[in-house]
Amino acid sequence: MKYRKERLDRGIKARCEDIFALSSYREMLYLLLPRALPVIILLVLPLLKGVIGLYWEKVLMITCIMGLLALSWDLMASVGLISLGQALFFGAGAYITGYLNYAFKLPPILCIPLGALGGALFSTLLLLPVLRLRGVYFAIVTLTFPLLLARFIETTKILGGTEGMSALSPLPNIWVEMYVPVLALLVCLFGFRRLINEDYGLVLQGIRDNDRAVMSGAINIYWFKAQAVFIAGVAGAFAGAFMTHYTQVVGMAAFAMDYSILPLTAAVLGGVGSFAGPVIGAFILMPLSEVLRAVGTLRVVFYSAILIICVVGLPEGIFHYMRRKYHQFERMVDVG
Amino acid sequence: MAVSLNCEIVESIPSEVRNLRVCFGFASQPLHSLQGQSHPHSLEKMLPSIVIYGLVNSVILALTAIGFSLTFGISGVANFAYGGFYIFSGFVVWMLLNYLKFPFVLAIIVTIGVTGLLGFITYWVILLRVRGIALSEVIATFALGVGILELFRWLGFVTYEFTLPYLKKGMIMIVGVPLDYQRLSIIGIGLALVLFLYFFTHYTRVGLAFRGIAQNERTAISLGIKSDRTAALSLAFGSAMASVAAIVILPLGIISINTGYEVLLIAVAVGIVGGLESVPGILVASLILGYAQIITGTYFKPEWMMVVYLAAIVLVLAIKPSGLFGKFKELEERV
Repeated sequence: MKYRKERLDRGIKARCEDIFALSSYREMLYLLLPRALPVIILLVLPLLKGVIGLYWEKVLMITCIMGLLALSWDLMASVGLISLGQALFFGAGAYITGYLNYAFKLPPILCIPLGALGGALFSTLLLLPVLRLRGVYFAIVTLTFPLLLARFIETTKILGGTEGMSALSPLPNIWVEMYVPVLALLVCLFGFRRLINEDYGLVLQGIRDNDRAVMSGAINIYWFKAQAVFIAGVAGAFAGAFMTHYTQVVGMAAFAMDYSILPLTAAVLGGVGSFAGPVIGAFILMPLSEVLRAVGTLRVVFYSAILIICVVGLPEGIFHYMRRKYHQFERMVDVG
Repeated sequence: MAVSLNCEIVESIPSEVRNLRVCFGFASQPLHSLQGQSHPHSLEKMLPSIVIYGLVNSVILALTAIGFSLTFGISGVANFAYGGFYIFSGFVVWMLLNYLKFPFVLAIIVTIGVTGLLGFITYWVILLRVRGIALSEVIATFALGVGILELFRWLGFVTYEFTLPYLKKGMIMIVGVPLDYQRLSIIGIGLALVLFLYFFTHYTRVGLAFRGIAQNERTAISLGIKSDRTAALSLAFGSAMASVAAIVILPLGIISINTGYEVLLIAVAVGIVGGLESVPGILVASLILGYAQIITGTYFKPEWMMVVYLAAIVLVLAIKPSGLFGKFKELEERV
């Protein structure tokens, strides 16, 4: 008796293609639940702060921040630009926000958007000469930028130098602190997913897959790459800007390697290319990192181990695996 | 014992040159130009020092970059754990000397072997499974490097007692500039290694195999070159060169974990400026960067030395992305 493994779409998936999804509640739920569930959970969690405790609410906040960085990484990966230096966006947003607040005493509600846009613009301009490089070399150079920028700030002592800028304005109240990152994460998640499925996103994916083909269609791939970097930069710089006002201080730690490695690990763990994957990865990694806080720097060794195991052993990531299981089933078929 | 050895050497160097001494660990000991003299020093007095110490700095950069260039530039095998291997071999030497009380020569030989073995194992365990997927190679080896470095940090290898001994005490005077034997040996070993690399990759079968698998893997396989074994060997050789560089350079300061990240940065900078696959490129790029650093450190502020890398990378990428001597245009999109 020989068997072969067969993988088929589930019946309900076949039944709810296109307009037929409206035919029954079951089909509608099948489509809606995976999308609605995270939204509902994320919107409700901050309300439970009495039950869960303030500490875990802070963990939720920083998870959303990391999720934003992971999303920005994933958008750049969808264009074919693998960046090992997301901390560049984070730090640029953080410093510009901090500077606007420190020097000009603007309120946070102005500083954060300006910091996000300014940080993205600065990072895009810095990365412009590097966009020509192939993916691997782009990764190498992005690795060096946060290190060098941190050193630059340390030596020239601008923007506070090694001490950084402190005593910045706090955020108005705790609801703002909790809901702004959550809403930003949801907007970015669904926004990026929508973007990549539109025609614009098709061009981006084309650049990743075969840039010469896109060029032969008279499309300027560097302009599109720059746009993608800018959009990803807005998400990343927003994360930095928000953290600055949350912690009310900004220093060279904004360019720390943590902010480069964690989004990368989250994205690889969760599934590169699908924007939900990095968010799932962030939601697994950050609470894990809080639990592991007791062991200190060994955490980073854990992340490295997870990263290596995922890259080598589970390259598709958790989200792709889950999605496959949700949409398809497998069975063994007797072939005699 | 190792610490007192260094103090003796340090005191034997006159103070004005000691201040000019280029310490490799940017994080640990920055260059202090002649303190108290803010205005440019007279060129005749400084020129011999600049020439000699610029040469030392350049050879340090070349030595650092050479292992990375062999693996990544010449064989096309990603090795972003390079900084990790560098520091790993430094600590292995230290542990062999201080815990197991090996004689120095034996410790060096064992370390070079162990590091080469580590490189070989890295290929067979990790890289073999992701060969060809550039993203995964980079991420996996980068994660390995970070893991090694942070593991040492967690184990507590961060205090001032972690120094390696000099190869030989004493110093000589060249054109009125005192130069200690360690730096002299750095120049010697560095140049020898670069020459060795050139002849190895152009005239020996193994070296030519390294270049072959980078140029066109399938053709190489069809000519009988075992691709995986050659790639593993190139990783092993690159790691062994990293350990040679570590053994010779690390005695100049303490073994600091941040140096691991900076080593990767330097290797990348030298590679990009000179062209990743060409050995003359490494030499020329390290000369340019080394002298630019020394001149910046002497005439501007010493802290600006690191900024030289950023400026060099951005400049080269904007003007000639494949590097000064790069021929294969690997870096650019296929335009």
